[in-house]
Amino acid sequence: MTKSELIEIVSSKVNNFSRKDIEIIVDTLFESMSSSLSQGDKVEIRGFGSFKIKDRDGRQGRNPKSGENIFIESKKVPFFKAGKEIRERINKA
Amino acid sequence: MTKADIVEIVFEKVGFSKKDVSIVIEEIFETIKNTLEKGEKVKISGFGNFTIRDKRARRGRNPQTGTEITIDERRVMTFKASQLLKKAINKESEQQPAI
Repeated sequence: MTKSELIEIVSSKVNNFSRKDIEIIVDTLFESMSSSLSQGDKVEIRGFGSFKIKDRDGRQGRNPKSGENIFIESKKVPFFKAGKEIRERINKA
Repeated sequence: MTKADIVEIVFEKVGFSKKDVSIVIEEIFETIKNTLEKGEKVKISGFGNFTIRDKRARRGRNPQTGTEITIDERRVMTFKASQLLKKAINKESEQQPAI
């Protein structure tokens, strides 16, 4: 399922909203989650899961092609943990 | 940030009632969950992909007692952030003073 298919399905299920309205809501939803994570805040969606940012230290690495030693800068990586409800729903099938 | 905060942000942007926005947000997550439940992946461009992976049964060990146990086969949900999200997360942090 892509974002546009998601918008399509949600539009067919709710009344009083145009497809365009749903599109704006879907976009705003993911933008707000993205900006919250960018500020270092975690995002918790009950029943779905939580997103948080983990810090990765810089480390000495190697370019696998040239064999050259390079330093990999420290960075932040997003991390997702599925919620209890979704974990159970996925497994019951 | 929780679902209530998201409802608030969307409400300020679109001007529908909070109740209606809340219904739509619930429906969005419910639709994503239904799709994943069927084993299908969900791709949100600019954010990331949610996929379902089948894990085989394997021998494990209770880390506390050391007893061997069998971990049954199961399905798990994974998230892979898009390049855009990864960049957004790292750009924002550069602007903050180093601790």
